[in-house]
Amino acid sequence: MNKYTEDDLREELKTKEYEYGFYTDIESDTFPIGLNEEIVKAISLKKEEPEWMTEWRLEAFKAWKEMTEPEWANVHYAKPDFQAIAYYSAPKSVDPNKTLDDVDPDLLEMYKKLGISVDEQKKMNNVAMDIVVDSVSVATTFKKTLGEKGIIFMPISEAIKEHPELVRKYLGTIVPQKDNFYAALNSAVFSDGSFCYIPKGVRCPMELSTYFRINQGGTGQFERTLLIADEDSYVSYLEGCTAPSRDENQLHAAVVELIALDGAEIKYSTVQNWYPGNAEGKGGVYNFVTKRGLCEKNAKISWTQVETGSAVTWKYPSCILKGDNSVGEFYSIAVTNNYQQADTGTKMIHLGKNTKSTIISKGISAGKSQNSYRGLVKISANADNARNFSQCDSLLMGNDCGAHTFPYIEVKNKSAQIEHEATTSKIGEDQIFYCNQRGIETEKAIALIVNGFSKDVLNKLPMEFAIEAQKLLEISLEGSVG
Amino acid sequence: MLKINNLHASVDDKAILKGINLVVNPGEVHAIMGPNGSGKSTLASVIAGKEEYEVTEGEILLFDENIDELAAEERAHKGVFLSFQYPVEIPGVSVTNFIKTAINETRKAQGLEDMPAKDMLKLIREKSEMLEIDRKFLSRSLNEGFSGGEKKRNEIFQMAMLEPKLAILDETDSGLDIDALRIVANGVNKLKSKDNAVIIITHYQRLLDYIVPDFVHVLHDGKIVKSGGKELAHELEEKGYDWIKQEVVT
Repeated sequence: MNKYTEDDLREELKTKEYEYGFYTDIESDTFPIGLNEEIVKAISLKKEEPEWMTEWRLEAFKAWKEMTEPEWANVHYAKPDFQAIAYYSAPKSVDPNKTLDDVDPDLLEMYKKLGISVDEQKKMNNVAMDIVVDSVSVATTFKKTLGEKGIIFMPISEAIKEHPELVRKYLGTIVPQKDNFYAALNSAVFSDGSFCYIPKGVRCPMELSTYFRINQGGTGQFERTLLIADEDSYVSYLEGCTAPSRDENQLHAAVVELIALDGAEIKYSTVQNWYPGNAEGKGGVYNFVTKRGLCEKNAKISWTQVETGSAVTWKYPSCILKGDNSVGEFYSIAVTNNYQQADTGTKMIHLGKNTKSTIISKGISAGKSQNSYRGLVKISANADNARNFSQCDSLLMGNDCGAHTFPYIEVKNKSAQIEHEATTSKIGEDQIFYCNQRGIETEKAIALIVNGFSKDVLNKLPMEFAIEAQKLLEISLEGSVG
Repeated sequence: MLKINNLHASVDDKAILKGINLVVNPGEVHAIMGPNGSGKSTLASVIAGKEEYEVTEGEILLFDENIDELAAEERAHKGVFLSFQYPVEIPGVSVTNFIKTAINETRKAQGLEDMPAKDMLKLIREKSEMLEIDRKFLSRSLNEGFSGGEKKRNEIFQMAMLEPKLAILDETDSGLDIDALRIVANGVNKLKSKDNAVIIITHYQRLLDYIVPDFVHVLHDGKIVKSGGKELAHELEEKGYDWIKQEVVT
């Protein structure tokens, strides 16, 4: 791991603006705006997909046309005009058959700005990485090393062609096409994303990572991730997201499906830093994401997320605990500043016996932002001895922001044990003065307090991600005092 | 070291300090005593630079420099330390992490590099032994769930780590049982030197049995109304504060 000193941190903290807000001028191949059957077919054709896939998309599109955007979340925004978005944009110089060495130097330069130079990643971090820019997956490193273990890690567009049996068997089984408005939209128009399969009994030797980037203006990003951990396997998967600063609102509607077969364990970590809009609330990404995992017997899925970006977030990574003794975990830090709005949480659906779930949610609100936790814990009639522990903590900074908690609990089995704890606190002047008196200036004091507040979740992240996340928290909250 | 001239201060437009004069030289221990509401804690906060307090008249000089305009952390960097009467909790931040941050921020302000981890550990070990602090205590969240005694001991531990020039102990004896009081007092006594000074703010004479002051001042209604040697503390203990009040009136 790179040495990351306090000085580096301080240096970076000087950049108060959203630092991933650059736009790389790469020639791209963008479809005309608007959405209809022809566009859906054209995307499928462009990706050289088999017929079953085209049909699957069309089915989703048909369903989507009949659906309406959900309104129950505690967020307010101008509804996107779905006919004003381009549904496919790809950096032109990308040819899926090329190797990493052939990647457009401009693109590589962009990764460097993102701090994720592919070469370096390869050498140093033991992280295999797939990078999705706009809609197309650009480079997948470490393919060979993983191949030796039988691990498949590739853009989903390739997997559809190379491993159709796996994709066909699992795609849409956890998040069906008609699951919700955005999932249906995604199912119809997704153009890339990552696919991962870990064979029986294999412990993936490195962190797998996907980096998502919206580059082109006027486009939406609809990536699809499908991750299958076969029996008794283990994988830790990371995803990161950034976008350029734009005045318009860009739409990001992703779907992630996780399948943990008997005895498998999936650790899925996200650091989401989509452009949040400027200090007046103009621009920013609408992040409407459906993430869900299924646990078979003795399996475990652990979601960890650090959400600092996006103008509006609507996201509930969930676990269906189908198998007996399966375990679901959700660890979340959601930061909102300025005019950001987040409605995020989880669903833990207990179906099997002796299933266990843990929810730790830390919401930090500053500026004029609104931060909501929304979570469901459902214990079905057959889920004997199910257990859940939920803890939702909110930290407020200033007097103009809001923190809300909406816990839903449905219990149909008397043997269930459910605990819910919630706290709301404010960074107090007394805390700041105490730190000041010990020689710690106010911004540093806030960083210290916020990191302390988030510690339980930060600890769940892989080391290099934890440092990035900590840094992000500090950047997102800059200028929020005073 | 510290020179306070005709200091007036108010909070929310309410005057609390009404003309304080005080000179503290290196190597001295001063006790400031007085009844509740006389302005003792306000004086401590004003010296430390708490923002809510407005200095309306007079000045505070530290090493001949007027510190009125300095932020609290800048005063801390110059060697002012306040042991709080009610230390705040910071959940999730360990005692070790907190003191490490404080030391390195202070070093940064002085143009020094971060203290090497090895030296930091050595210092922590040394000072925690001196104050009979259990190592496990250092990994706990700052002041969270601490007993009154633990909180105060933690304040003195931080003082030991930061080695201030001027330490102000605000009601450090309140909430301490006799054993904790002795440990805390011993710690302060060991930290005393000819180069630093201590101001003890207290309601009772109890702590002064252990940390013997060179000067005792009595604060009443925002003014120092009587100053003397350590025997003044005993007199107050015997007679209470009423006779001072009467003396002031007449």
